[in-house]
Amino acid sequence: MTHTVLVTGVSRPIGARVASVLAADPGISRVIGVDTVPPPSLTREGGVSLGRTEFVRVDLRSPDIARVIADADIDTVVHMSLVSAPSRNAGRALMKEHNVIGAMQLLGACQRSATVRRVVVRSTTAVYGSSPKDPAVFTEDLEPHDGPVHGYAKDAAEVEAYVRGFARRRPDVTVTLLRFANFMGPGVDSPLTRYFTQPVVPTVFGFDPRLQFVHEDDAVEVLRRTATEDHPGTFNVAGAGVLLLSQCVRRAGRMPLPLPSPAFRMLGNTVRRMGLVDYSPEQLRLMSYGRAVDAGRLEAELGWRPKFTTGAAFDDYLRSRELRPFGGVPR
Amino acid sequence: MNVPDREARVIPITDAPSYDEPAPDPLAEALAFVRRRITGDYEVDEFGYDPELTDKVMLELLRPLYHHWFRVETVELKNVPHDSGALVVANHSGTLPLDALMLQVALHDEADRPLRLLGADLVYQLPVLGHLARKTGHTLACPEDADRLLRKGELVGVFPEGFKGVGKPFSERYKLQRFGRGGFVASAIRAGVPIVPTAIVGAEEIYPKIGDLASLARLLGLPYLPITPFFPLLGPLGLVPLPSKWMIEFGEPVHTDAYDPSDADDPMLVFELTDHVRELVQQMLNELRLRRGHAFPPFL
Repeated sequence: MTHTVLVTGVSRPIGARVASVLAADPGISRVIGVDTVPPPSLTREGGVSLGRTEFVRVDLRSPDIARVIADADIDTVVHMSLVSAPSRNAGRALMKEHNVIGAMQLLGACQRSATVRRVVVRSTTAVYGSSPKDPAVFTEDLEPHDGPVHGYAKDAAEVEAYVRGFARRRPDVTVTLLRFANFMGPGVDSPLTRYFTQPVVPTVFGFDPRLQFVHEDDAVEVLRRTATEDHPGTFNVAGAGVLLLSQCVRRAGRMPLPLPSPAFRMLGNTVRRMGLVDYSPEQLRLMSYGRAVDAGRLEAELGWRPKFTTGAAFDDYLRSRELRPFGGVPR
Repeated sequence: MNVPDREARVIPITDAPSYDEPAPDPLAEALAFVRRRITGDYEVDEFGYDPELTDKVMLELLRPLYHHWFRVETVELKNVPHDSGALVVANHSGTLPLDALMLQVALHDEADRPLRLLGADLVYQLPVLGHLARKTGHTLACPEDADRLLRKGELVGVFPEGFKGVGKPFSERYKLQRFGRGGFVASAIRAGVPIVPTAIVGAEEIYPKIGDLASLARLLGLPYLPITPFFPLLGPLGLVPLPSKWMIEFGEPVHTDAYDPSDADDPMLVFELTDHVRELVQQMLNELRLRRGHAFPPFL
């Protein structure tokens, strides 16, 4: 059987890697990559080779995506295009439109399509929020006490609601929803990876949150497997174990700067206005209460577990940025 | 001379019967500890429990209080399972939850088992306290966390009286309050682990609560703000706990493995078992209190 796979968000590192891995799979006849911006060039901007992926520049918010799906007889859709941080010039409104309206358009097109058999959607563990009133470890079925009300996490929660609606209306399509912990690794560029490269890292006084990471290689492998095999359901994806923020800061050899939470919030708002980092009230909650998830369901379903633990993923990131603890050797 | 054509066999010195492991150099150990802490080279579990920090720092600070101030004595420690999951259910008293800390020292040092307490969400909202609670192995009192810990074979501790117990007036000492909604019993049934009824005698006398600044407490969002004979009269000095004599008794385990996990949804069974455990703890308290005698021996 021939497969034609559509991957959205291929101009970002993980999306590009997923597209290139799928393009290298002999069982897949065509890989079509879409994004709102062209992928970065290989030589100058450190882009990832997309292999034989055919790139189509489509704004997900427009109905053009429906034509791409219909014209190419797509049978598998991998939706990676979830923007986690508002870009400097576009802002939050555009990000929300991209995330939520984009997902609606894509799912609407899938619902119309007679050829789509499998839909894989990237989400985030941020949908669980962070709260002192919630269990320490989230499983997929848990309803969080304080669901996300801001930013990226709220977008993801809304996208998930549309995905569940789609799964209800098209029970013949295999729908996989993957809730990823924070990506970590040499190729990841996120607010969190930039945070740990600063010489002084602000933390919230009196709190030491538990953090969890998933290595980019493992993330790509999970997406490859779910895009090529049927694994319906919602799954947490995270490296085993947790790291405390204080542990991360020490391993990176950074100087922590504990600030009372109102000061942390003020600092966050200031740097956001200056366009330096993405900061939302969710971040303050994560930096106070932390979050850990149980990835057991994914392991049972795939019969495979992420190669990198949370600690190993962070160490790999540290090696790539040449960060080391005070007086220590690189890990 | 005929030399056997083979290499001499090397017998490691550690095989000698008189050989003792060289005592580790305490200074080198301390330096290694500091090095591990500075470089972040230690493990915490998914709840945030940091065994090394707990043993080497947190409990070390509590041990003088345990041995010399309260002179804690444990009874029937053999009733605590050595390596399997169990639920320790104890009475709660003393205005400030020092009984939780002493119970943790007792089980950690004398039964070699880390105690994973289930605490009120108030603790986890507060700065410093919340993350220290997690680092010393404790978590939020909710069925998900309790089930998860018990499934992993941990020793979980609960104080079902909650704030009603720890904040009760001195006149009601050693009278068990209502035992919550019995959620702990449901968790034990689901996991099929024994319940170890536990009586703590001595904590009632450390801060005798004779009054309550209720309106100020409400203003500060606290469950109560106690008046003791020395607090707030003597200011911070009033926070020094009175040196009462303590005893902790672990009772015969109540087994739950005869029930089906689905029985946890049977409210009548859960209520009956909760009442049964409550009566056991009350009985143990009465007997242990007699056995201890004076709260401040040898005079009072």
